[in-house]
Amino acid sequence: MRDAALFEYACRLGDDSLILGQRLSEWCGHAPMLEVDLSLANVGLDLIGQATHFLKLAGEAEGKGRDEDKLAFHRDVLDFKNCLLVEQPNGDFAQTMARQFLFSNWQELLFRELYKSTNPTIAAVAQKAVKEVAYHARLANEWIVRLGDGTAESRERVVNGLDWMWRFSDELFEVDATTEALIASGVAADVRKLRPEWDAIVAQVLKEATLELPKPRRATLGGRAGHHSEHLGHLLTEMQFLQRAYPDAKW
Amino acid sequence: MVAAAHTTLSFKDRVLEILCHVPDPEIPCVSVVDLGIVREVKDDAVVITPTYTGCPATLAIEADIRAALDKAGLSALKIETVLTPPWSTDWISKEGHAKLRAYGIAPPVKTAVQCPRCGSVHTEELSRFGSTPCKSLHRCLDCREPFDRFKCH
Repeated sequence: MRDAALFEYACRLGDDSLILGQRLSEWCGHAPMLEVDLSLANVGLDLIGQATHFLKLAGEAEGKGRDEDKLAFHRDVLDFKNCLLVEQPNGDFAQTMARQFLFSNWQELLFRELYKSTNPTIAAVAQKAVKEVAYHARLANEWIVRLGDGTAESRERVVNGLDWMWRFSDELFEVDATTEALIASGVAADVRKLRPEWDAIVAQVLKEATLELPKPRRATLGGRAGHHSEHLGHLLTEMQFLQRAYPDAKW
Repeated sequence: MVAAAHTTLSFKDRVLEILCHVPDPEIPCVSVVDLGIVREVKDDAVVITPTYTGCPATLAIEADIRAALDKAGLSALKIETVLTPPWSTDWISKEGHAKLRAYGIAPPVKTAVQCPRCGSVHTEELSRFGSTPCKSLHRCLDCREPFDRFKCH
């Protein structure tokens, strides 16, 4: 392999975006209002666009002739390196927004750091995508406030959604040996340093939503090493079906 | 007449002239040149840049440019894609702004959002996400018409 560490890191970035983009696409035609349907589909498209760039880079780093489509559609579940948060089921609309809220605020901070990446492709994609991600974060923040400070039912649902998603937030700030080396070479961002700012944003939005911070839980980790929840396999079954049944089909 | 005009144009201008007739697949009132998708015409390549990361038209745009070049006998010209400097709505030309407005889409200006129909700045945002990733949905509070706005990006 040409650059194993870069392959790994680009897969993690790309898989986060791809899996969350696929999850959001499940809402298409089912959202509570037309405007929300369009919003979720647009956010999903942005994420899949990011995934295309990152997985293309991963394929080049690997140097075995796999492109972004091969990596997206012909890898099995253990080879996916996304964080566990993004593969969690949509649940109800409040649970989907809870997931988006935790993820997009993190991704915005991450991409601001990745501006400075010594890898020119990562820096370019981060610069390009950060403006879109800022939209995603604003959308999620507004919905958290609206649901939290809404009716008794909307409040109960968003509390439950946050309670479920919260256990997966520590993984966003995890650094392992692969990332440690890439942080040293300036390719990767040191996500540990993003935590205070992320904590502050989350606390601020929850305060505005008249919600409490979810109770601390033992962190659930493992996505970066390919140890996933049962949900990812089901997601891939649907996402990869066509390319597995008819390899390399094009239209 | 057309042939005579071509002979007086430089090679790059001729290529640009062809590209000026390649419409954006989702907003066909503007061309890929108006939108700033075409960055540069080189002797051996056309350099393009994607607009939104998630724009589903990116592949269609490249295919349309390829088809237009091939049709003009320019199959030898390659298409190169660059990501930096990142595209923003500042790359949309003045003509592009005028064409968008005439089409009923408020162009991406940083000042108050203006209704493309009656010109009023008395407008409200209905949704930050519109019918395509590049647009948001607004309503004019004077003429009451809903309209799309090309988001400042």
